Amino acid sequence: MAETAIEMVGVNKWFGDFHVLKDINLSVAEGERVVVCGPSGSGKSTVVRCINRLELHQKGAIRINGAQVTERPEDLGGEVGMVFQQFNLFPHLTVLQNLTLGPMKSRGLSRAEAEARARHYLERVRIPEQADKRPAQLSGGQQQRVAIARSLCMEQKVMLFDEPTSALDPEMISEVLDVMVELAEEGMTMIVVTHEMGFARKVADQMVFMDAGEIVETGPPAEFFEAPKSKRCQTFLSQILSH
Amino acid sequence: MFGARPVNLFLLCAGLMVLSGCSSSATWGWYVINPSTPTGWTNIKFLIGGMGDTILISLIAAALSITIGLLVALPGLSDRWYIRIWNRVYVEFVRSIPLLPMLFWVFYGLPIIFRSMGLNIPIDPFWGAIITLAISDSAFTAEIYRAGIQSIAKGQTEAAQTVGLRYVQTMRYVILPQAIRRILPPLANQFIYIVKMSAFASVIGMQELTRRANELVVTEYRPLEIYSLLILEYLVLVLIISAGVRWLERRMGSDERG
Ligand SMILES: Nc1ncnc2c1ncn2[C@@H]1O[C@H](COP(=O)(O)OP(=O)(O)O)[C@@H](O)[C@H]1O
Ligand SMILES: [Mg+2]
Repeated sequence: MAETAIEMVGVNKWFGDFHVLKDINLSVAEGERVVVCGPSGSGKSTVVRCINRLELHQKGAIRINGAQVTERPEDLGGEVGMVFQQFNLFPHLTVLQNLTLGPMKSRGLSRAEAEARARHYLERVRIPEQADKRPAQLSGGQQQRVAIARSLCMEQKVMLFDEPTSALDPEMISEVLDVMVELAEEGMTMIVVTHEMGFARKVADQMVFMDAGEIVETGPPAEFFEAPKSKRCQTFLSQILSH
Repeated sequence: MFGARPVNLFLLCAGLMVLSGCSSSATWGWYVINPSTPTGWTNIKFLIGGMGDTILISLIAAALSITIGLLVALPGLSDRWYIRIWNRVYVEFVRSIPLLPMLFWVFYGLPIIFRSMGLNIPIDPFWGAIITLAISDSAFTAEIYRAGIQSIAKGQTEAAQTVGLRYVQTMRYVILPQAIRRILPPLANQFIYIVKMSAFASVIGMQELTRRANELVVTEYRPLEIYSLLILEYLVLVLIISAGVRWLERRMGSDERG
């Protein structure tokens, strides 16, 4: 049995009076791929952001590789990678500098080591030739692949994706998904928030459906897509699969 | 070169024309500041001799102000009110004190506090002026930093955190390099403000530009000529600073594209 990479037990969170996460229980084994879906505003981003401490929860426990998380994201020391919907690349740095900053400053790599690693991962996301450009000179799909490479350069065990293709033009979605499928095949532990159900069917070990701050349904993709148990999940799936 | 804008050159020329326009009439006596006569030359050397102190006071005060300003701005960006409050208290308090009373307080009052604490720290006019200018200006630079840093999207901080950067590293490598382009122009305006306000140092006996002009007026009874020259001296200083800032902005702009 694989080790547990991420564990959420009875996690609750409020934004002021608004109860945004209600008793979230989720366990992700090492090497497991979890795809989270659900209507907009259901709390998917908040779950992911609680895991890497960009948001703090008020009740319950979150453990990463067995260790209880603390308040501050930097205490994770980049252990949990994150790919944002809006890429969030550093616009004042070149692609290469975007990739070497974390490894050099938080992992103590030398410039040469960090650059070698950066070029290796740029190769992996298939844009080695863009190393010296600024993010603004790249297409959306290329920028998101740089963001993935930036995260990979930290060589974390877990990667979180928050709607990584939602801000992309349709013709660029597949170049990003292809990279993600490769990562999944190599055994990276991943939590992916996405509405790309083709991707979900291909890589997910576990599907999670959220609505109104709750995890309504979980299960392996075969069951999840063929025979969703809850009404809310059925409605949601019929809506997004119809177009 | 200096990249002076036409409007600035125009100002300079207009100033010179006013001076020379008056020169034929009895109201204007070139001789006090006429470089070709020994007295005039001595006077001019005396007046312009204050340039060094004005520049030095302004530069040191500005350096202190941009340092204090950053240290005051950072707590103002916290999401915890009991940290943020320190920023507000400092900014609101310092901003409400007029420069001249603060100068008197620092120069005449502060040494008494030091003495009562058993410290022997004399405050001479030079440092009295610098401390006052730096503190007074730091409330404004703090607000400039705060606005500049807040204008950088939250996603930048979050991305920096997820690649393991700590707070100071995030500021240094991600936020400030982006914010500096928006911060620089208003900071430059503050520097111009400091140069002009440094004239107040004259009242505590600092022999900078304004003090020297006052002293010369007392002996020569030629206020129009001497104060006109004084204004020109400040104008030249400010023009040089503006040109320097534009050069810096252009350089940064070309870094951005790349
Ligand atoms: N910082 C915040 N302050 C207050 N409410 C928030 C904040 N972030 C998100 N919310 C609210 O929490 C709910 C869940 O948001 P989110 O997790 O982003 O949903 P999803 O990613 O599923 O669309 C939404 O109703 C959103 O408006
Ligand atoms: Mg979201």
